Amino acid sequence: MTYHFDFSALLPYWPEFARGIWLTLQLSAISTVLGFVLGTLCAIGRADGSRWVKWLVAIYVEAIRNTPLLVQVFIIYFGIATLGLHVSANLAAVIALVINVGAYTCEIVRAGIESVHKSQIEAAECLGLSRVQTYWHVVLRPAIERVYPAVTSQYVLLMLASSITSQISAEELTAVANRIQSDTFRAFETYIVTGVLYLLLSLVVRICLWLFGLAVFVRRRKLGTAI
Amino acid sequence: MSAVVSLSNVHKQFGSLKVLDGVSFEVGRGEVAAIIGQSGSGKSTVLRCINALETIQQGTIDVCGHALHDASLNRRALHLDVGIVFQSYNLFPHLTVEQNIMLAPVSVKSIPKKQARELAREVLTRVGMEAKAENYPEQLSGGQQQRVAIARSLAMSPKLMLFDEVTSALDPQLTGEVLRVMEDLARGGMTMILVTHEMAFARKVASKVIYMHQGKVWETGSGDMLDQPKTAELRNFVGGVSHDRAEASV
Amino acid sequence: MPTFSLVHLEFLLTAAQWTIGLSIAAFVGGGLVGFVVALARISDLRVLRIAATVYIQLVQGTPLLILLFAIYFGIALLGYTNLPPLIAASAGLIIYSSGFLAEIWRGCIDSVPKTQWQAAECLALTRWQRMVKVILPQAARIATAPTVGFLVQIVKNTSLASVVGFVELAQAGKLINNSIYEPFTVFMIVALIYFAICFPLSTWSRSLERKLNVGRR
Repeated sequence: MTYHFDFSALLPYWPEFARGIWLTLQLSAISTVLGFVLGTLCAIGRADGSRWVKWLVAIYVEAIRNTPLLVQVFIIYFGIATLGLHVSANLAAVIALVINVGAYTCEIVRAGIESVHKSQIEAAECLGLSRVQTYWHVVLRPAIERVYPAVTSQYVLLMLASSITSQISAEELTAVANRIQSDTFRAFETYIVTGVLYLLLSLVVRICLWLFGLAVFVRRRKLGTAI
Repeated sequence: MSAVVSLSNVHKQFGSLKVLDGVSFEVGRGEVAAIIGQSGSGKSTVLRCINALETIQQGTIDVCGHALHDASLNRRALHLDVGIVFQSYNLFPHLTVEQNIMLAPVSVKSIPKKQARELAREVLTRVGMEAKAENYPEQLSGGQQQRVAIARSLAMSPKLMLFDEVTSALDPQLTGEVLRVMEDLARGGMTMILVTHEMAFARKVASKVIYMHQGKVWETGSGDMLDQPKTAELRNFVGGVSHDRAEASV
Repeated sequence: MPTFSLVHLEFLLTAAQWTIGLSIAAFVGGGLVGFVVALARISDLRVLRIAATVYIQLVQGTPLLILLFAIYFGIALLGYTNLPPLIAASAGLIIYSSGFLAEIWRGCIDSVPKTQWQAAECLALTRWQRMVKVILPQAARIATAPTVGFLVQIVKNTSLASVVGFVELAQAGKLINNSIYEPFTVFMIVALIYFAICFPLSTWSRSLERKLNVGRR
């Protein structure tokens, strides 16, 4: 049986694809920012918190890292509904993605924090800086600069993983693709095109994050070396 | 006039290891005290105790009017009065030289940025590093980094400066530039306590030399004490050091 | 309406066996393909290197879900409309795993010090002998920890095989939920079963990493 590839059947759907790309970008961007904040707070807690904070964060991190994102999405989506609250699929998707990427970010940032030598903290305290000032200026800032490449990788992975949220009917690129393929009966072509779109997206996101890093981390831009 | 630093019968141990065994001495305003001794004699520990980086089990330490043995000690206030320069410089690698120096004045004393920058330029000129203000620490030699570290402490206008073997990690040709800065400071009337292996420097610049051995103050005196040691231990110590230097110059 | 009971738990555990089976198939298949791709990636022939790089970038840059869909519908186009879901799911996961394992292993081969290559060359070994007798054994040691770590990723990714109709643990959960409608309970238990499979692997990977770092120093 011969099959005639017909990518042209997808052409009229390019606005749909564009909308899907935009939705995926929005979903990823919001989850990225919130996930980074959550992850950094957890990293601080796990690196320098009290014993029970360390335990709590460790349990959170291990639970997330050892269960599939799909199951996490289901638990959060249906769990919230069980509590009686009605949330949109997209909101549940954001919550699940934030919780997921928060755990991975926590470990990455924690490694950065623990790589700051004790003598740096001592020098800062001897200059009269308070604990909070020391933590921000001398621990967190260089730690984040050091782990930024690993953090950007995490966010590209997040964007690809967001496709999973289509399983609870969140609005993003994969959900759009599912609809298009059922409309056109050109499933194979649709998913090939979608795959290519994700590829291009990950490239674009990677470049943008790299440029952002150059803008923020002046030292790296000027010296070209890692801390 | 009371002394700037006054230690009385200080005892300290790390676990079961006794590091300071009844240390007492005083340093007055404008004095330059050099603490010398072998590794393990307790000299670095005593310096760290003076800046409350270590706690003591027994005795009293009074520094610039702060009572370190008191549980109610305000450590931040102490750190504003006492500056310390470390063997490994401990400059902040992600900040430029200028930003390194400006960080504390801006964050702690809430000095406006413009004023802090002028202050930074001023102290950098004092140590001869004003040309490197925009550089990052990794672009500087060890001697240059150490001079920046001194400037960083000076920017907070301390009443007392502590130097913890600040030339020990430097190549020999770089120690001179750092020692010159320290001599300048001494001449300017800064109260200084230095832990050092540089005997010639101690002899020339220090108004008081403290020789420590096995956690005790073994001998104190002026720089001349090094030429006329009273105890066998100091005689051996000085002899060992000058023996090394004689060999090196051959 | 019935509630979650032992019968359901049994169903889940049976599905878990399929999860484990699919994971093993993906790991073995992906490992074989990935190994070939890794070798191609460091080959002397530029064409092979480029082909391998393109393959890796393609696989790593597309969501697994899209890959599974494309393979599922692609295979259907070739005429195999009654393909067992296990085959479609395995194919998808094998391709996915091969892309990541190839990159992991290439990194490990690269981190064998260049001096080892030079020493082997000076002993007049052929390129093939150098690879097999000197480089690969050392690379394998370095690769053990991250490979076990990736096995955890494979197990988690089998949860997507449901989109091609394969009944593994996550799909079993959905089916049970459709009949008793207690999603929170069902999926928490599903999560616990995944955790029980993955956590020992994660721990093992971490302990391998520690042992390796000690050994290397």
